[in-house]
Amino acid sequence: MSETTVTVGLGSCGIAAGAGKTYEKIQSIRETEKLDFILRKTSCIGMCYREPLVEIRDETGSYIYGDVSEERVAELIEKHVRNHEPVREYIIQTDVFNAPENDFLKSQVRIVLRNCGLMDPESIEEYESRQGYQAIRKIISENILREDVIKTILDSGLRGRGGAGFSTGLKWKYANANKSSEKYVICNADEGDPGAFMDRSVLEGDPHSVLEGMIIAAYSIEATGGVIYCRAEYPLAIKRLDIAIRQARERGYLGTNVFGKEGFNFDITIKEGAGAFVCGEETALIASVEGERGMPRKRPPFPAQSGLWKKPTNINNVETYANVPWIILNGAEAYAKYGTEKSKGTKVFALAGKVKHSGLVEVPMGVTIRDVIFKLGGGIKMDKRFKAVQLGGPSGGCIPESHSDTIVDYDSLNATGAIMGSGGMVVMDETTCMVDVAKFFLDFTRKESCGKCTFCRMGTKRMLEILERITDGKGEEGDIEKLEELAFQIRDNSLCALGQTAPNPVLTTIRYFRDEYEAHILHKKCPAKVCRPLLTYTVDPAKCTGCMVCLKNCPVHAITGERKKIHFIDPDICTKCGICFSKCKFDSIIVS
Amino acid sequence: MRVSRIYPSINRKSNIQVDISLLDPLLQKYKGIKGNLIPLLQGTQEIYGFIPRSAFERISDETGLPLSKMYGVATFYAQFRLHPVGKHIIKVCHGTACHVQNANLISEAIEEELCVKDGETTEDHFYTLESVACLGCCSLAPVMMVGDHAYGKLTGTKATRILKEIRDNENK
Repeated sequence: MSETTVTVGLGSCGIAAGAGKTYEKIQSIRETEKLDFILRKTSCIGMCYREPLVEIRDETGSYIYGDVSEERVAELIEKHVRNHEPVREYIIQTDVFNAPENDFLKSQVRIVLRNCGLMDPESIEEYESRQGYQAIRKIISENILREDVIKTILDSGLRGRGGAGFSTGLKWKYANANKSSEKYVICNADEGDPGAFMDRSVLEGDPHSVLEGMIIAAYSIEATGGVIYCRAEYPLAIKRLDIAIRQARERGYLGTNVFGKEGFNFDITIKEGAGAFVCGEETALIASVEGERGMPRKRPPFPAQSGLWKKPTNINNVETYANVPWIILNGAEAYAKYGTEKSKGTKVFALAGKVKHSGLVEVPMGVTIRDVIFKLGGGIKMDKRFKAVQLGGPSGGCIPESHSDTIVDYDSLNATGAIMGSGGMVVMDETTCMVDVAKFFLDFTRKESCGKCTFCRMGTKRMLEILERITDGKGEEGDIEKLEELAFQIRDNSLCALGQTAPNPVLTTIRYFRDEYEAHILHKKCPAKVCRPLLTYTVDPAKCTGCMVCLKNCPVHAITGERKKIHFIDPDICTKCGICFSKCKFDSIIVS
Repeated sequence: MRVSRIYPSINRKSNIQVDISLLDPLLQKYKGIKGNLIPLLQGTQEIYGFIPRSAFERISDETGLPLSKMYGVATFYAQFRLHPVGKHIIKVCHGTACHVQNANLISEAIEEELCVKDGETTEDHFYTLESVACLGCCSLAPVMMVGDHAYGKLTGTKATRILKEIRDNENK
């Protein structure tokens, strides 16, 4: 009998959806019923919206089941594993017949995510069986010169995937040019942008590819030490990195004379971040690794000249490093084949918000935003109207529906006022208030400002106060102009990217949704019905049954009425808390 | 600015006595390693759940770092707490994806249920409520994390029910 393999996706998102319990249940069924199949773990394949995912592979092919809760396990194992009858209605993807999500992977180009969701991230053997560590072996065995490795990366056109989009090859070239007996390679895994989770997924799903990318960088610039700076909020990523590093050390891929190359000494340690968004900025990150407050400093000198412990240092982000082994193995041309003139290769996007298929997708640069959201993302939840997409987190901006044919590359996105950022795409529909979104981001950057530059420290606070006033219904004419003036000053007078880009969410929402600001300020209305102080609550006499639930729950006793008679909300007493709306079972509270 | 985060702790007198000898293995581990302050503070917090004043003093004696510098670092990072917390920490995600899917309602429901505000601890020291920037589970928004476990696709009632279940399970 040929082997059947059952694989459970155990990334953070899967576990949060209950995949841990699903795995345990399968394990216990296997033991109690003495079934003969292989049970494997893998990480996130990107279809977070159908987690927990279970793949059953038998002699006929591979079948991925979606939404496999603990309760569904017994049925699946009984029917598919024991009786070899795939349960068609739960299959979301398969190579055997036409399943609903078959296109999800087919319409992607997976370079960074080449192994994610397909192998056990805690097994170095599986990574090696999928061409893992072949790139660095090729370099060592063919004795490829450092300069030639750098040239390959340069020719591939790879640009930093952390946000700013600086050429990776150039970074390596500068770091290589500065001679020192002590040099460092740092991996920035401090994925702080709310709404971005691609780095977490790569670290959880394919940690060895990041290590290999770092080893190649270390070889290219003659680095002696490596640091991965990872957010403490990602415990599973840290655990899997730790396992990967230990495995690599055991095999001699890290340590002294790496891969048997005389004099190539390189090891990697993990530093856990302690929760500061600004530490995504490279000089702040270095300060944090050194045990200081994570405050950015002036550049130059750039880290390539004077970085960690004042030694030449190369910093790249997780996704950037994960690209490197693929480029070395397949060549610069194969990589540069994808993308646009100035933005080569692929980019991973984290789709979230009001989109049907939230999850991770990897597409070649140059596709349109609309395609990402509607073709891969499946469109807007509950088929509401697509309003805008937020790109680049707190440093980015909102791109409206009218600009959704913008192509995804660094320069086209910059032209809209947003940025590529790390690739978080938060989709918003008609029920999202753009002023509220701007306020949300500004509140975030205000809290996360390190306080070094006055304009960033005070300016963001003042801007937030104006926005709060607007959403409270106390906006005044001229507020928009005041916001713009402050925004330009913060942008021009801040040292690091946090301050320079902090006004972007406000500037882009003013640019594309000025009418919404005006509705808040002049007409004291929130068109998306989000800003509570601008709403009025009334009872719909046609629907009210007089059940008295709203009346009992009103904290300020603004509602009057008797049993089975229509209630009334006194607008003078009402504090617009919205409790009556959420408690009413008959949808009889009208919000306007 | 980041300093605003420490206000709740300033008003609180935390002269809680702790067993300071628990720190010894940690101090031994990081002895002589440069850039060790943050891992030391993280380790201390792991032991006590927060960083007591006496631990600051002990680390300062051992490493020679001035207290002022340690305080500066400890108050800069969101992770560090200078006052005791409940047995379980509830982290309600307020990232973008959670925000546009009404994370505020989750926080409000929990605040009402536990009678605490953001950053506070319940009277029985069972729960501490925190709001955090992003937990990276955006596809399951809105999300909260209790201990190391994330719960997704929440509603106010679902969140409070989960909290009740955790408490009931432990009180059994």
